[in-house]
Amino acid sequence: MTLIDLANPTRFLSLTARLLPWLAAATAVLLLIGLYQSAMAPDDYQQGATVKIMFIHVPNAWLSMFVWGVMSLAALGTLVWRHPLADVAAKAAAPIGAAFTFLALVTGSLWGRPMWGTYWEWDARLTSVLILFLMYLGLIALWRAVEDPSRAARAAAILTLVGAINLPIIKFSVDWWNTLHQPASVMRLGGPSLDRAFLIPLLVMAAAFSLLFVTLHLAAMRNEILRRRVRALQMMQVAQASQRSA
Amino acid sequence: MSLGPYASFIVTSYLLVAAVVLILIIWIAIDYRRQKQTLHELEAGGVARRSGRSATDIT
Repeated sequence: MTLIDLANPTRFLSLTARLLPWLAAATAVLLLIGLYQSAMAPDDYQQGATVKIMFIHVPNAWLSMFVWGVMSLAALGTLVWRHPLADVAAKAAAPIGAAFTFLALVTGSLWGRPMWGTYWEWDARLTSVLILFLMYLGLIALWRAVEDPSRAARAAAILTLVGAINLPIIKFSVDWWNTLHQPASVMRLGGPSLDRAFLIPLLVMAAAFSLLFVTLHLAAMRNEILRRRVRALQMMQVAQASQRSA
Repeated sequence: MSLGPYASFIVTSYLLVAAVVLILIIWIAIDYRRQKQTLHELEAGGVARRSGRSATDIT
């Protein structure tokens, strides 16, 4: 099966039906391993046991940006190639990305209170992630507000690409500005500065959450395709009814 | 495993993530059932796709 074949929603649904059970099982197994490793990880010499919040905060923070990246690629697919599944992919990803961003903000806040002495600080990293969350909500509202799916798709794609400017701002905010948030300790030049005892559980949890995203995204795309079929059939129903009455 | 003086922050974080992930899974599952149900009702009412294939046929 090639990428072109996946442009056909029916073929995509068929592939999804076969993949989803395996993806769900792999996600559950990886999550269990990651949770076990997180529970068994030693306390940090400075942070104590609160370092365990990192194993859920960081994957959610990474995914909050990754999902917007996926939506940006989908936006290009909508505007440039007019791929039939591009808008479906973007629309299905938005609520999942919003959930990951919400979790990154709240778990970060719960980690910040014992470590920084405050739940919130208007510094560059926290503020730029809050803006990302608000952009997710704005996009979801846009899709709901515009009734014609093709018009909504184009408007959402443009907004998504404009919003992608925020991704490098989030990533480099800790380098460009003096922030309370710590600088990158995994994705940095010179390699990760984290000890293996923390790095391995973190990477396993990141892989588990990434698989979770893929699973939920495919399931949400399947729902969106079915929703569009519902809309098409409802329009046919209205057309048939008006023909009968004419 | 001792979580120390900040156990409530750690436990709340993990419970919150579990709750939100669970809500996402349940929401997507309910949405799937609702769309399939609506498609079945429409097809039962005599509306069919131009291709003639069932709208819920995904195999």
